[in-house]
Amino acid sequence: MLLCALSVLGIVALVVTELVTRSKLSLHEFGWKFFFSSQWDPVGGEFGALPFIYGTLVSSALALLLAVPLAIGVAVFINEMCPAGLRRTISFLVELLAAIPSVIYGLWAIFVLAPILRNHVQPFLASTMGWTGLFTGPKYGIGMLAAGVILAIMVLPIIASITREVMLAVPHPQREAVLALGATRWEMIRIGVLRNARAGIVGGVILGLGRALGETMAVTMVIGNTPQIVKSLFAPAHSMASVIANEFSEASTDLYLSAVIEIGLALFIITLIVNVIARALVWMTTGGMPVRADVQ
Amino acid sequence: MDCRPRHAEGSRVKTEIHVRDLKAYFGTLEALHGINMDIDHGGVTAIIGPSGCGKSTFVRCLNRMHETIPGATVKGNVRVGDIDIYGNGTPAVEVRRRIGMVFQKPNPFPTMSIYDNVAAGLKLNGVRNRKRLDEVVERSLKMAALWDEVKDVMKKKSGASLSGGQQQRVCIARALAVEPEVILMDEPASALDPISTSKIEELIYQLKENYTVVIVTHNMQQAARVSSYTGFFLLGDLVEFDKTEKIFTNPSDKRTEDYITGRFG
Amino acid sequence: MSSSGFTLGRLSLSRRLQDRLATMAAAAAAVIVLTPLLAIFGYLVVKGVGSLSWSFLTHPPAPVGEAGGGVGNGIVGSGIILGIACLIGIPLGVGAGIFLAEYGRNRLGYFIRFTADVLNGVPSIVIGIAVYGVVVMRQKHFSAFAGGVALGIMMIPTVTRATEEMLLMVPQSIREAALALGIPQWRSTLSVTLRVATSGVITGVMLAFARVAGETAPLLFTAFGNQFWNTKPNQPMAALPLQIYTYAISPFDEWHRQAWAASLVLIAFIVGTVAMVRWIAGRGMLKGAA
Repeated sequence: MLLCALSVLGIVALVVTELVTRSKLSLHEFGWKFFFSSQWDPVGGEFGALPFIYGTLVSSALALLLAVPLAIGVAVFINEMCPAGLRRTISFLVELLAAIPSVIYGLWAIFVLAPILRNHVQPFLASTMGWTGLFTGPKYGIGMLAAGVILAIMVLPIIASITREVMLAVPHPQREAVLALGATRWEMIRIGVLRNARAGIVGGVILGLGRALGETMAVTMVIGNTPQIVKSLFAPAHSMASVIANEFSEASTDLYLSAVIEIGLALFIITLIVNVIARALVWMTTGGMPVRADVQ
Repeated sequence: MDCRPRHAEGSRVKTEIHVRDLKAYFGTLEALHGINMDIDHGGVTAIIGPSGCGKSTFVRCLNRMHETIPGATVKGNVRVGDIDIYGNGTPAVEVRRRIGMVFQKPNPFPTMSIYDNVAAGLKLNGVRNRKRLDEVVERSLKMAALWDEVKDVMKKKSGASLSGGQQQRVCIARALAVEPEVILMDEPASALDPISTSKIEELIYQLKENYTVVIVTHNMQQAARVSSYTGFFLLGDLVEFDKTEKIFTNPSDKRTEDYITGRFG
Repeated sequence: MSSSGFTLGRLSLSRRLQDRLATMAAAAAAVIVLTPLLAIFGYLVVKGVGSLSWSFLTHPPAPVGEAGGGVGNGIVGSGIILGIACLIGIPLGVGAGIFLAEYGRNRLGYFIRFTADVLNGVPSIVIGIAVYGVVVMRQKHFSAFAGGVALGIMMIPTVTRATEEMLLMVPQSIREAALALGIPQWRSTLSVTLRVATSGVITGVMLAFARVAGETAPLLFTAFGNQFWNTKPNQPMAALPLQIYTYAISPFDEWHRQAWAASLVLIAFIVGTVAMVRWIAGRGMLKGAA
């Protein structure tokens, strides 16, 4: 048994060593510049990871922007407002969203979401908010916006699930205290539940962020796979996970492969930090009881 | 120190509570079997009885908190002053605002400062004016005998960072801040140490000047100390309701006598 | 005559409105959230059902340009890879879970639990990179085995957590009864406690299984995929998610159609597994990890 448990440590150690040793070439060659340069030129041997970092961060931020209000709304609805008979069905359906594999999200995004964005959403955004500079340029359908939307759908279940759990962990007397002061139901939810569960909800959001940062298949299928940094959300982009998926097998030189792996190392570190922070916050609110993490 | 709630000069609060045939249910289980009681204005009324007799349920019916439990219902009539609080179209939210409640286990809001805790009810009702909030918070904390202890830290310390007795006084201040006429207390001191308990009792004794107070307690000595009227509940029935002195020295019902003398409960 | 000071004010319009709006907004959120779910399942069925056929399920892909063919090799390949994954993930996961439940109330246990959480959060593509380095580079070729290792590693944290939670739910009295009968601790753990917690452990395993069954990224450079029939674990192998990916990003309509059909098969399998898990968890005496 001990061996099995230690194998967990061993595996993580192995992952880290692999990532580090195989990035060494690239680390030595480019140093810190790697993360600030936008030049990704496999032919010329110049590698800079900035476009991918940008793509990962922006698509994830967009995903959270869309997902968080909806996730909290759904959680509040299921926990506090839903008729008891519907509760199990709706919560099951929301969890079903979490079971759909990334590649199927990607498939749907290419053939259903992208056309909808191209034909309806993007023209609308361009005409109403084009002045911001965020919604300009050719309307391909695929691109940063598509990646953000599909990511939002994918991280929504985990944020909703954790929000529900931390809401349930709020002690009943807190709700009563608010009601006894003469509060409406929404006021009771706002002050007595959501406010108390704040830290945990933030933890759930950050956990969702961690998921979004590492998401590969669905993103690579709709983000456009173009390493560039462009203000408009309509433009194609690239992310750290998707460049690895696309170019790992193509990497013809040792330096090329090492650069791609270094991006993997960076991705590993970023998601590690984010997940640790998230766990700490959720633990704080649920009083140390482990939260279900099998919702991917 | 002005403890009087805002009313016309010279008038004293006259808020009586009349309960007629009050029945309370948890689903299909009848927990209160038709209670009739008249609580006079002002003064403290104690509700005593063994565990499970329905005293908490009764008091929670007086401010429409009982129905917030899923599946719980109430039948009957409760008139506070001139208003039937269960009447058609009477908003429960407003009833709860005008009838304050203090719970057994102190439940201040942990994410708010002491000041914000006390001001919570006011802010709910749309009071934004800084001066007015300061004024009411100070007055409420003074009435709860907590002002001197927390006045320097009340905006910085969280509501939950105090001792149990102090937390309960924050809750009392919070309830007083919205200027109710009636205050209900469900075993307010049972979770506290003896010193805090006596402070709370002192507080209740002072509150009786200006509020109608109904307090549930399982501590008979406490009931004898603070209340002028006492009601004895047993298994969902109001067995006897009379002047406190009479209940404790010469009860009319044998069951009351048995309880008082400690034969059960 | 008594003039009562007790009056009821009116709940302000703004507050009533806010309450009403909040309810509507929350309900709207629920509707918005469920729409893509229904849309995805709907499209899968509508676009995929047409291409489903016995030949589709049993034949490998046809050469480009030819009609017909299917994902038979992908289904079999996935099965083999998942089988290898289970051989790795289940024993290690259950073992680690037992360790944590029985002997893990200390700093080492805390550290292991933390590490398992870390492993859970590692992006699947990064796991793919690591297994590529450890297995593929050493063997100098892609293989189903490498794919199985990658997926097996991903199963471990979920299985560990489920096992630990289930074992912790077994009442202490059962453990004590076993000890009182003179059974050594390790033996009682294995035979008594584990048996009681089995249903929960099984649901945990099935959930982990359902999760990795749909994974594509870690297989990209481990199992790599294969156009033809192959059942040798030491060679590149097809997998259903990989085929869906290849077909989806291809320029051929026929392949797109097959991608939808293959997705339908995959999702049916996963949802079926999840539904079974919930059913077992609902029936069982002990709540499953679901």
